[in-house]
Amino acid sequence: MDPVVFLVQCLNAVQYGLLLFLVASGLTLIFGIMGVINLAHGSFYMIGAYMAYALAPWVQQLVGGGFFATLACSVALSVLLGYVLEWIFFSYLYEREHLQQVLMTYALILVFEEMRSILIDNDVHGVSAPPSLAGTVPLGELMTYPVYRLFVSGVCVVVAAGLFWVITRTRLGMTVRAGASNREMVQAMGVNIKLLYRVVFSAGVGLAALAGAIAAPVSSVYPGMGNQVLIICFVIVVIGGIGSIRGALLAALLVGFVETFGTVFFPQAAGVLVYVLMAAILLWRPEGLFRTA
Amino acid sequence: MSEQEGSPAASLASRLVPVVLVAVALAAFPFAGSKFGIDLLTRIMILAIFALSLELLVGQTGLVCFGHAAFLGIAAYVTALLTPQSAPAPLLLLLPAAVLAAGAYALVVGALSLRTRGIYFIMVTLAFAQMAYYVFHDTPLGRGSDGIYLYFRPVLSLGGWQPFDLDSGHTFYYFVLASLAFTFGLLALLVRSRFGHALAGIRVNEQRMRAAGFRTYAYKLAAFVVAAMLAGLAGFLYALKDGFVNPELLSWHQSGAVLVMIILGGLGSLRGAVLGAFALAMLQELFQSSTVFGEFARHWQLTLGFTIIACVALMPNGLVGIGRQIGRRVFQLRWRHA
Repeated sequence: MDPVVFLVQCLNAVQYGLLLFLVASGLTLIFGIMGVINLAHGSFYMIGAYMAYALAPWVQQLVGGGFFATLACSVALSVLLGYVLEWIFFSYLYEREHLQQVLMTYALILVFEEMRSILIDNDVHGVSAPPSLAGTVPLGELMTYPVYRLFVSGVCVVVAAGLFWVITRTRLGMTVRAGASNREMVQAMGVNIKLLYRVVFSAGVGLAALAGAIAAPVSSVYPGMGNQVLIICFVIVVIGGIGSIRGALLAALLVGFVETFGTVFFPQAAGVLVYVLMAAILLWRPEGLFRTA
Repeated sequence: MSEQEGSPAASLASRLVPVVLVAVALAAFPFAGSKFGIDLLTRIMILAIFALSLELLVGQTGLVCFGHAAFLGIAAYVTALLTPQSAPAPLLLLLPAAVLAAGAYALVVGALSLRTRGIYFIMVTLAFAQMAYYVFHDTPLGRGSDGIYLYFRPVLSLGGWQPFDLDSGHTFYYFVLASLAFTFGLLALLVRSRFGHALAGIRVNEQRMRAAGFRTYAYKLAAFVVAAMLAGLAGFLYALKDGFVNPELLSWHQSGAVLVMIILGGLGSLRGAVLGAFALAMLQELFQSSTVFGEFARHWQLTLGFTIIACVALMPNGLVGIGRQIGRRVFQLRWRHA
């Protein structure tokens, strides 16, 4: 393979993997700490992407527009949505059995998809990248690479680094880690677990929505985009080990590379490779790569 | 007679009467129902067989399989692929082939995935189902996303004598009904057998069962294969009903939908699985009907979603939990007066 083509594919793989990491990190935290199997997490990705599309005209009117203002707006609104959802819906799920959570959040997917269809529509929409990032950088003699994709990778790296810093270096992160390994003990030590849950949940929703919003110019916005991401993210969470951010990052990059290079080398079997990878890893290590708790 | 549980006779009657009533109602339906109704009921009964097969795993053994649609789909595809283009296939060959194909795949999947447990088991079964999905979706074997048409239903011929013809009248409806009765009866016996009690023991405390000398892995694998073969029966019927198979039969949506059915109906009881299949399919049909909901029928997912949320919130034990409460009350009254 030509080294430049190889480089382009590597960049694509990293960008895709990092984007998946943003969604999967929230999923793994919510699952690891609250013990909720949240099937609706893919919907938050979809909601973020649709906000990036639908909020643009409003932001245009209010503050004169700009892609970044829309992005900030979408993320802020999703965090708020996450907070309210946790309050009125998810907080009632903790005591329930896993399978009832599955059923409830499955129903939530139906509700979100239909709300999307009522509020916006069922069409595929493109979102244009901001003019400042619309260019390309030359790679080698003939190839170019879009700046926006580099920007996506950059944002993901910054967010991932921030997430690691919060988890490993701050007091909040310490409680989160403690909550992942022993929920009751954290509660007994006097931590306000309700607030912790609410914060973690809204952060997870915000991350998923951010991923959706910055992915919108690359992948366009279409119905059902959340479901596609959901299953891949569950694969990542399970490969990485439930509750482990480090595992999620590694698994997301692994999945990014396998999907991207699978499409190049084995176009007939591209879809199946990720699942072969997951089955192999789980048969080798039945609790994922980095099971912490 | 005044005990909470009621006498054994009362509890047996309260358990049997609804089953018999439903069976009689289903058998009588073709004399009264419209063609649409018969078609819908046939589909629901096939779904009920599928749900029952999963109930053996989830409700009885405690193994949450999220790739159950693979077994349905594989059997359906085997049915379609083995039927010649221009002539019907023999039923006595086609049905065992479809069911055994599903069972064989389950033997491999089960042997590997039963090494994991909990959420990891859920995901490994999903992974194997997705592999099967892509085999039929992306390789020439399954002819892509368009699927395969099936032009002839199989015939049963015993030395030249044909006891029934699946294409005529309501025969197919009764064939599906008989399959449902067979599945329900088989599982009811299985649950009450030594094997079924061992499965229940595994669900409650597997370590203890192992300490008691049970080879739990073998029991779980046997349950997995039996469940897959029953799902294969449902897949076989599915292929015959529409005369058409496509990869969507194996998709994770299908696996998710059947899981929703048995949870909605109430886990741990066979009647719950049947009830859940009926309830979900009927609710979907109701919310999609524009005569009832008018313009809003387009947004049926919204009403269905809210209904499921309300159901789970208000009925932690599923539909069968409510049925059980009402049933107990009615029968207690009756027997107290008797």
